[in-house]
Amino acid sequence: MDKYIINGEGVSFSYGSNKVLENINFHIEEGDFVGIIGPNGSAKSTLLKLMVGLLKPDKGSIKLLGKPIDEFKEYKSIGYISQNARDFNQMFPATVEEVVAANLYLNRGFFNRLKKEDKRKIEKALQIVEMEEFKTMKIGNLSGGQKQRVFIARALVNNPKILFMDEPLVGVDLDSQNKFYNLMDRLNREHNITLVMVSHDIGVISKKVNRIFCLSKGKVFSHNSKQSICSDTFKEIFGDNMNILFHDH
Amino acid sequence: MLSYGFMQKSFIMGIMIALIAPTIGYFLVLRRQSIIGDTLSHVALSGAAFGMVTNSYPVYTAILFAIIAALGIEGLRKKYENYAELSLAIVLSAGVGLASVLISLGNTQGILSYLFGSLALVTNQDIFLVIILGIIVLITISFFYEGLFYISFDEESAYLAGVPNRFINLFFSILVALTVAISMRIVGVLLISSLMVLPVATSLLIATSFKSGLIYSNIFGLISVIIGLILSFYLDIAPGGSIVLSALLLLIIVIVFENIKNKRKKPA
Repeated sequence: MDKYIINGEGVSFSYGSNKVLENINFHIEEGDFVGIIGPNGSAKSTLLKLMVGLLKPDKGSIKLLGKPIDEFKEYKSIGYISQNARDFNQMFPATVEEVVAANLYLNRGFFNRLKKEDKRKIEKALQIVEMEEFKTMKIGNLSGGQKQRVFIARALVNNPKILFMDEPLVGVDLDSQNKFYNLMDRLNREHNITLVMVSHDIGVISKKVNRIFCLSKGKVFSHNSKQSICSDTFKEIFGDNMNILFHDH
Repeated sequence: MLSYGFMQKSFIMGIMIALIAPTIGYFLVLRRQSIIGDTLSHVALSGAAFGMVTNSYPVYTAILFAIIAALGIEGLRKKYENYAELSLAIVLSAGVGLASVLISLGNTQGILSYLFGSLALVTNQDIFLVIILGIIVLITISFFYEGLFYISFDEESAYLAGVPNRFINLFFSILVALTVAISMRIVGVLLISSLMVLPVATSLLIATSFKSGLIYSNIFGLISVIIGLILSFYLDIAPGGSIVLSALLLLIIVIVFENIKNKRKKPA
């Protein structure tokens, strides 16, 4: 297997005639906590979707867990929390347990039956995010922070190696954001899960991650540690009026 | 009432339709595609008219037309990605236009029974077809239940969980077309989508889980069809109308009941 668990070389992508990523290179190592930041429309979500294979690059190659992305089928090894996840219909009649169980699709037997072992996996995933007491509640009746934890449980239920998150903290209160980062820290350190997260909150994420991808004008600037993030790069990306206040929640 | 052969046939067909229409409708509503039933039913009408003009069994031609239309909608949706409803409008227009032309060609005297549904004209061939296709629809849905659930909830995440989205979407489109075409004998083309949507709308008010929502949809569908068929027999009215009005009445009862329950919950 490659040194990198995600490796992109010469990747270009465009929406019609609008080139949003041009000949970019990036790599992620096992155990990294990567933040993807950049101004609106800088293709942060696009890059995440390219990494997981939801979009196909126009040029270049992407490898995920050593496999070319168009041949990648090890879906159980990755967890994904999409931006759309929080936009679901609030009347959708699904319980927390049903939502988490959905990610066990590949484990299901004939006529969708789950094994006892899979039921235990659901319990465990809900325990990790401290939502086990809500398992019979309808997902639409939960708060923003609680829903987000359910989506994390859904992504964790297969015990993935990498967790991809697209702006998971939008619409989540400050207290829940703190809990979220504590949970991410535990997943990263104790469960050795590589984390890749798109965020617009540069001040916070810069302090939490060990690698940052800054996107701007179709390019990616990669920093190996938060100490090396220089304000010059941010000024180049966000403009001269940009001042970053690093802070904790 | 059940001593009449045609009523026995109507009940057998009605119960099967009461199971498949809300089942398919449940997934359509949750995927915000409830209008697709209306579109396909208009195309199915042109299919039935084509069958009459060409002296073929109208339900077969309706099934054929509806399946072609369902696949056409999927194809057009890719062309108009940002205007998903446009594909429905295009196919609906094609269905209505074609039906008008075919009906005007003559030999389509029985078309009214397909518009509003009919008890007296149900044949053994209709029953056989509805039972066989109904069982196929129900088994297929049970088989794809989890995939359909995940796609309805979050299509991107479903794909990354290994759900074969494209295959299931295509198969589901065919099931919708089959359901519309075989339901029109009893419920009528104009009211099929109501039977797909109204029991689901009622169930969503009280469902506590995805599974319970599906079960409630079927129960409300069954009650509507049984009451509707009884009313149709005794009042001599079109079964499609009486079935749909029964479904509407159930919805109103549940809304009133839920409002009373919620008021009691609120502190004075």
